[in-house]
Amino acid sequence: MTALPAVAPVGRAAEFEAVIGLEVHVQLLTRTKMFCGCAATYLGLPPNSNTCPVCLGLPGTLPVINQEAVALTLRTALALQCEIPKFSKFDRKNYFYPDLPKGYQISQYDLPLSQRGWLEFEVAGVERAAGITRVHLEEDAGKLLHEGELGSADHSLVDLNRAGVPLMEVVGEPDLRSPAEARAYVTALRQLLMYIGVTDGNMEEGSLRCDANISLRPAGSQALGVKVEVKNMNSFRSVQRALEFEIERQAGLLRAGEPVEQATRGWSEPEGRTVPQRSKEEAEDYRYFPEPDLPPLVIAREQVEAIRSALPELPRARRLRLQQDHGVSAAEAHLLTARAPEADYFEAVVAAGAPPKLAATWQLNELAGLCQRHHRPLEASGLAPERLAALLSLVEAGTINGGTAKELLAEGIETGADPARLAGERQLSQVSDAAALTAIVEEVLQAQPRAGRDFQAGNDRALGALVGAVMARTRGRANARLVDRLLRERLPRDPGP
Amino acid sequence: MSAAEPTAAELGRRLRAGEVSARQLTEAALARISARDGRLRAFLRTSPERALVAADAADRRLREDPGAAPPLCGVPMAVKDVLCTEGVETTAGSRILEGFVPPYTATAVARLEAAGAICLGKLNCDEFAMGSSTENSAYQTTANPWDLQRVPGGSSGGSAAAVAGGLVPITLGTDTGGSIRQPAALCGTVGFKPTYGRVSRYGLIAFASSLDQVGPLARSVEDAAMAYAAVAGHDPLDATSLPEPVPDPMGTLRGPVRGLRLGVPHEYLAQDLEPGVRAAFDAACVVLTDLGAELVEVHLPHTDLALAAYYVLAPAEASSNLARMDGLRFGPGAPGSRTLREAYQRTRHDGFGPEVRRRVMLGTYALSSGYYDAYYRRAQQVRTLVARDFTQAFATVDAIVSPTSPTVAFPLGARTRDPLAMYACDILTLPCNLAGIPGISVPAGFSEGLPVGLQVLAPAGEDARCLRVAASYEAATSWAATGPPLEEAAV
Repeated sequence: MTALPAVAPVGRAAEFEAVIGLEVHVQLLTRTKMFCGCAATYLGLPPNSNTCPVCLGLPGTLPVINQEAVALTLRTALALQCEIPKFSKFDRKNYFYPDLPKGYQISQYDLPLSQRGWLEFEVAGVERAAGITRVHLEEDAGKLLHEGELGSADHSLVDLNRAGVPLMEVVGEPDLRSPAEARAYVTALRQLLMYIGVTDGNMEEGSLRCDANISLRPAGSQALGVKVEVKNMNSFRSVQRALEFEIERQAGLLRAGEPVEQATRGWSEPEGRTVPQRSKEEAEDYRYFPEPDLPPLVIAREQVEAIRSALPELPRARRLRLQQDHGVSAAEAHLLTARAPEADYFEAVVAAGAPPKLAATWQLNELAGLCQRHHRPLEASGLAPERLAALLSLVEAGTINGGTAKELLAEGIETGADPARLAGERQLSQVSDAAALTAIVEEVLQAQPRAGRDFQAGNDRALGALVGAVMARTRGRANARLVDRLLRERLPRDPGP
Repeated sequence: MSAAEPTAAELGRRLRAGEVSARQLTEAALARISARDGRLRAFLRTSPERALVAADAADRRLREDPGAAPPLCGVPMAVKDVLCTEGVETTAGSRILEGFVPPYTATAVARLEAAGAICLGKLNCDEFAMGSSTENSAYQTTANPWDLQRVPGGSSGGSAAAVAGGLVPITLGTDTGGSIRQPAALCGTVGFKPTYGRVSRYGLIAFASSLDQVGPLARSVEDAAMAYAAVAGHDPLDATSLPEPVPDPMGTLRGPVRGLRLGVPHEYLAQDLEPGVRAAFDAACVVLTDLGAELVEVHLPHTDLALAAYYVLAPAEASSNLARMDGLRFGPGAPGSRTLREAYQRTRHDGFGPEVRRRVMLGTYALSSGYYDAYYRRAQQVRTLVARDFTQAFATVDAIVSPTSPTVAFPLGARTRDPLAMYACDILTLPCNLAGIPGISVPAGFSEGLPVGLQVLAPAGEDARCLRVAASYEAATSWAATGPPLEEAAV
């Protein structure tokens, strides 16, 4: 045994390059399961209540293809620029496990619904693309509940509510080179899938599940190293952490001159490490063969074109367009297009007449903050985009000031009232009458002569106090910019030496 | 030999004329089963209460509007135990499904019942339809009504024996490599395997999904055609069922065969046929020629490869289809197992009989990584060639005729120790399943006092032509009207 060299910084082992490919399983937003009429949603239902003879795998039952799931998979494939073949088919993947009622999973082997696409994403401001090997369709398995630890439990409970739920698998090429890239890839993929409405993207509930294949090779080498499959990463963060751990683990082995064993490992979130699940020798032979209970799928070109033409604008295109058409910054465009409803809202506010920059600032700061405080997504804020636009046009025209607008907005979110209408009803319009404000400025200076002297002596903060006093006397309605100007005119400072 | 019991068509006429009620027929059939089935052992179980409820419903339909009642309304029948029946135990002849009571009825059975036929119970078969003698049933051995010491054929042996033994006029069987036609031939009944996809497989406990097809066994071609017409047609629950409407077989049933070209496959007659079987077939050819058909030799060059391909493909599919028999959701399972592996092993070792275990092993091997290309893929290629043989033959002939089985019924136990000899029973029937075409066996005389069957094969979708050739032959002969010596058998 050679002695271990000093440990290199985590994940930055410059002598090795990581080669990473991700497989992402996605539960589709269909009404029913993949091959039967049971509901595709099962959260909160009593165990085994969302089942029928077909998804229980009872003898004599047969699968029937859910065409909605096929359409959603094709939609995804087109959004990922994949090629769609004229023929596709389903295959059986055979293995025994109690959560798999038929003893085989209906999946796709050599003729998937689509192949050869790519996904664009951004890492640290740099645009990247990774290849998509294939997007195919299969069925989910049920769930097992173990009493205590799997190894020592004296029995397990089987819940088949999830068995047969449509599961789309997006297999990525091994084009990723770092855990940060992997995380950015999954983030961009989830964003895209939610944009096109094929999944709810809920990683905690398992709607989107990620496995990774990762190997290391000496920096500069083109040959692939021995790959390890890492499973059970159910958040963006755990994808990155698990891969960082795995790189360090494999690098440690390689530096020590020990081989990396081809195996499947699971990410343990609480332990912060990957643990062995299955070695290569224990790998199953799935005995794939064409599913004889389902005829081959013939995919009509008209169907493909219909799905293609119904695709919404995708996140990247939308982001670039918002920058170009509305002049928002790159950072704002990113935030505004994070989710389709956000971007829809922004464009509706602008369409209703609000200046784009003002709309972006208010949506991303004030409105986002209020929604977060009320634990509501933007689309459930209760504030129609037209109402925000109306409020912003009052701000833009100087009719009300920013502080008033914020208060009205908060009240609008709280009570559902129309903020612009409240402004009119309460006569909150901004006081921009210079003569009236000059009188109030004089009153304030009479009351606080010292503050005036302090400002003139060079204390800027004293001016803030005076502005505040004017605002107080106008119940917040004074045009703050005008008050500022009037005060400065009234309290001239000596020009510096 | 005694005269055969009345046909379903005849019973239907009597029912609609009010000469007899469905309840009377049902009670009489249940009585016959009590009297005779102790020797035949065709039924695994009867469901008298369910049958009598159905009979009373059929009688109401017949009373209300006898003219509108379907032809099989009130006619007793029974089904092979691989077909699920709601509320009635369904075992597929296997211990592993002992106590399994399906919450649904197979589409084929449901359609017969919707047509007013009265289901009396479930018929014995080889375990999961794997076998050619019904001796692979985990429950009982069924006897051939013509000689109680001989097999009824299989796997639908119970379905054939129940018809031949006069217990019910119509039964449903399933045919994966000959499992309707071969027992029909050995028991002297009509047995029809429709085009693949004509009859829904929903509720049929699968043996080999791409080959299985449900079909009727009956005393006459007309009865078989009526049952076929009742069960055929698209089923949204079976994605492999054909979407096209089914041409009505009844209208053309009495059509002439004059002018039809019938092919006689050279390779079938080159098989090791018993002399009596060959003689009966030659005689049948003379009858068909006399009816005006033109008999010509055809070639099906890949026949010898068909058997091998079949015994790769069918076990491969079966190994996967039977994976759900894991003892976790139905069946006796293996209580007391300490590990999951032990539960699986005990359930499947104790639950499956030797032939089923053999085929699961064969099929698992054929699909294994490293062997798939040499076995499964190769067999699929042979399957394509076998289908092409038929396509080419049907370019020159309208139908193909041959013996159904190379032998007559053999003695019980004669082939149980020799799986390959048992597999050879299917040599003349299984190419038809590989090609997905319709085939029928119709009684064609006797050899050494035992029935011989004439097989008629037609192109895919030409089920009506298949039935019509068989009906013409049947009408020109009296074999179908001859029944076994029942009284002796019943003693």
